[in-house]
Amino acid sequence: MSKQTIIELRGIAKHYMMGSEGFYALDGIDLDIYLNDYMAVVGSSGSGKSTLMNLLGCLDYPTAGEYKLKGTDVATLDETSLAGIRNREIGFIFQNFNLLPRATALQNVMQPLIYRGLAPTERKQRAEDALAMVGLQDRMTHVPNQLSGGQRQRVAIARALVTEPAILLADEPTGNLDSSTTVEIMALFDQLHSDGQTLIVVTHEQEIAERCHRVITLKDGRLMSDQANKVPVKPLVSGVAAHV
Amino acid sequence: MSNLNFKIIEGTRSAALSIFAHGFRSFLTTLGIIIGVASVIAVVSVVQGFSANITQQFDGMGTNVLNIESYTPRKERLQGVRAKLTYDDYLEIKYRVPGVSNVTPTVRIWGSNAVITYRGQSSSSMIVGTASTYQKLNTVYPERGRFFNLSDDKSRRRVAVLGPSIMSKLDIKGDPIGQHVAVSGEWFKVIGIAEKRGKLFGFDQDDFILLPFSTTRALLGGAEEPDIIVSLQVDEPSQLEQVKQHIKNLLRRNHKLSKDADDDFEIATADQMLDTFDQIVGSTTLVLGGIVGISLLVGGIGIMNIMLVSVTERTREIGIQKALGATRFDILLQFLIEAVFLCLLGGLIGLILGFGAGSLISNLTGLPSATVPAWAIVLSFGFSAGIGLIFGIIPAAKAANLDPIDALRYE
Repeated sequence: MSKQTIIELRGIAKHYMMGSEGFYALDGIDLDIYLNDYMAVVGSSGSGKSTLMNLLGCLDYPTAGEYKLKGTDVATLDETSLAGIRNREIGFIFQNFNLLPRATALQNVMQPLIYRGLAPTERKQRAEDALAMVGLQDRMTHVPNQLSGGQRQRVAIARALVTEPAILLADEPTGNLDSSTTVEIMALFDQLHSDGQTLIVVTHEQEIAERCHRVITLKDGRLMSDQANKVPVKPLVSGVAAHV
Repeated sequence: MSNLNFKIIEGTRSAALSIFAHGFRSFLTTLGIIIGVASVIAVVSVVQGFSANITQQFDGMGTNVLNIESYTPRKERLQGVRAKLTYDDYLEIKYRVPGVSNVTPTVRIWGSNAVITYRGQSSSSMIVGTASTYQKLNTVYPERGRFFNLSDDKSRRRVAVLGPSIMSKLDIKGDPIGQHVAVSGEWFKVIGIAEKRGKLFGFDQDDFILLPFSTTRALLGGAEEPDIIVSLQVDEPSQLEQVKQHIKNLLRRNHKLSKDADDDFEIATADQMLDTFDQIVGSTTLVLGGIVGISLLVGGIGIMNIMLVSVTERTREIGIQKALGATRFDILLQFLIEAVFLCLLGGLIGLILGFGAGSLISNLTGLPSATVPAWAIVLSFGFSAGIGLIFGIIPAAKAANLDPIDALRYE
């Protein structure tokens, strides 16, 4: 079975000027990401993990190199097309959840569908389905500060999934969560992976990286290693249901 | 495009949410707009109510009616000279100017000479001595009884038509028709009561007594010829200018004015008076409009200021929205809708307050009731929306152009 390539990075660099000194946050990254990859990005702080994530998510642009997403060179796209890609192809999950504070869980999940121009009834239906998928069907009318950290992150995951993105980008998704909630969220990721979702998880926690099937290591903006985890450490049989 | 519709609906919903989330702040923000619109509406409603009333009255006079009055230039007035239109002038106009009808002499008496008494009650009211044709030119018809006729005038009968206010001032009880009132010590029989016209600028338009012209002349005695007003109707409106010129020549000759002397009389049509009035109303509205424009400008700057604060406050939110796929246009639309919504809300509150204030002013001052013309409503809302658009565009553009990464990292 040949693997289908979703993302191709060739010689990607990101150069910043700090005063008169310039430095490379990313320096010549070559990387292919395939359909249904379950990939961890690890590295010490300042290694360029988040920069890579922002580039992959089309929130930021490289200063050199080529980024092809599903065969399209992202550099050729204008701001509106990039917004379309963020809306349709990318699902973001942030460390600090980044939910809209005044909106309910349901409204938060519906938000990306507004930009797609969907009718309210369809938005609601799809958002409810997504919230049910992460086990929050009883919390739909709660605003973020009425929810626990784990619940907030699950709202964020539902929001990322509701657009049926080609790729899910999670930047330290469990960084603000306690260990039991971390297990909960990772179980959800495992489930999504086994459902066919492509996931990229930025983390500095070893046990999370071990969970993934592929681990890349960055150091000073360079790709140090790209390994497959032959046997994932604790395969989760029970899936999501056991943890909600 | 239905996509855009959904976005506008959603934008309106989220605008309402964020406006009401900061209720008091939103109120203070729109206060400039509220005050601006309220003052426009208050002023316009009073002026319009007033001018509708005036126009109605001028309409009653007919457009082909000429009023001829004496006119003394200020310089001569200071020297104690007073121009006059005399009974002879009236006769000349009546018999020597062709193409006119209902030529009516009117003499008005105010002050200490104009005291009317009835059973110990007295009233100082305007005495109008005029001919029976007065009612046709001025559309003053008796509500009860009758107006005096040609024979009343010819035989100098002592009959009177009362303005409705005199009835209460003199405390006349029962049927006034057939009763007698004393004018300057002479008894007059009441034959009619005029229709009620109400107050204008606090001036009671129903406080008068109408007497036949010749009777009034006799009443004044021969001591001094009274200054009269001559009103007449031009039969053929197209002949108006010729008739005016004819009267002018006639009066100048009668008054023995030298060639370079100014007229010592004025010939005015109801249309002219209406035009003058309209001009006054127009320029008043313009001046007030300017003042209000400034207050709306200040209001708009207030809106812009708070929208800029709001954009800064919500920088992170904007970052999230962009990460979720909001385009620049989506963000621009959202903030513009919020600014316009805010202004329209202010406009609505201002409209209600302004109309309330206008009605209150009208009631307190006895002016005709306030009316808000549709154009004022449309203009207020249009202006409010315009202010929202103009002053919302800078904050909205600022929000739309935020870099997603910078916005997401904003603390």
